[in-house]
Amino acid sequence: MTVQFSGATKRYGSEYALHDFSFRFDKGKIYGLLGPNGSGKSTALKMAAGLVYPSAGTVAVDGERVTRKICRKVAYLTELDMFYESFTVKQMVSFYRSQFPDFDPAKAQELLQDMGLPENKKMKQLSKGNRGRLKLVLALARNVPVILLDEPFSGLDALVRESIVNSLLNYINFHEQTVIIATHEIDELEPILDEVVAIRRGRFLDHQVVEALRENQGLSVAEWYKRTIREKGSEAV
Amino acid sequence: MDKEYEVSKPIYMQIAEKIFRRIIRQEIKPGDKLPSVREMAIQAGVNPNTIQRTYMEMERMGIVETRRGQGTFVVERQEIVDELMQTMQKEIIGQFVKNMMELGLGKKEIVKSLEEYLERGEDK
Repeated sequence: MTVQFSGATKRYGSEYALHDFSFRFDKGKIYGLLGPNGSGKSTALKMAAGLVYPSAGTVAVDGERVTRKICRKVAYLTELDMFYESFTVKQMVSFYRSQFPDFDPAKAQELLQDMGLPENKKMKQLSKGNRGRLKLVLALARNVPVILLDEPFSGLDALVRESIVNSLLNYINFHEQTVIIATHEIDELEPILDEVVAIRRGRFLDHQVVEALRENQGLSVAEWYKRTIREKGSEAV
Repeated sequence: MDKEYEVSKPIYMQIAEKIFRRIIRQEIKPGDKLPSVREMAIQAGVNPNTIQRTYMEMERMGIVETRRGQGTFVVERQEIVDELMQTMQKEIIGQFVKNMMELGLGKKEIVKSLEEYLERGEDK
């Protein structure tokens, strides 16, 4: 299932959060959406999730123009921390189950165990790392064609990051699910990405296939990213 | 999870070389079954698409074969162990010689410096 941005633009007053952004994310691949803070990554994901509407241009998932109803096809992990503090992990899982018909309780159970999340603990008792893990559990337990992850690593330590990368490898349905991960922390993610897209100041900068970068240019994603931001980023100002 | 892949080489090739080294050391033997693409991806901490490419490349090189519905196996030829040994040696030496030549050293100097190094022992 594809996610197609066509000239997608979002303005807040005179500021552009996203500026004439066009790109097609193809079915069954894992994409890294890279850019510095404030580059428009989150806005792009929110648009694909139907949480923000474009001021101009369009976003379509599987050919369907995105509205709030697109959440049937799209799982979205927010960079924010939004849990009901008095809920236990178990209650949080049942809440998700009640909201999304595609939520797979067995998969959620497996994920919880894999990540060592205590089911009876309340949200307010969870460490930051465990809250990060729980967010991922809730996103990955849905059987949807598109998964959007906004900064899944932000503020989490190396061990948590590793467990997150591992669950992505374990639970994503490769070739079927399209995964877009917005991040500026590249190192952990690099070996699991198929392709990368760089944006800055709301504008598309470049798109690359990760293995081709290494093979043809001898560049890691991190190096390519720095170079792209330096060279092309200044033009986009 | 294996980390730290070299930058200048595609990851799928680096994983193939890891498998080759294990075949040379006889940790994996001719006729052995390799882990499924997904299992291998998790072990290596990389995208399954990458492993698929690793397996395809190894198949193209005649090191493994895919049996329908059964998985991927190292071919049942004892000779491939030697062949891989030769291939890997050539590659390592090739890289070494290239690096030395970039330092401006000639053939004799390379041999001499290697001999000296080996005689002195590895730690010195």
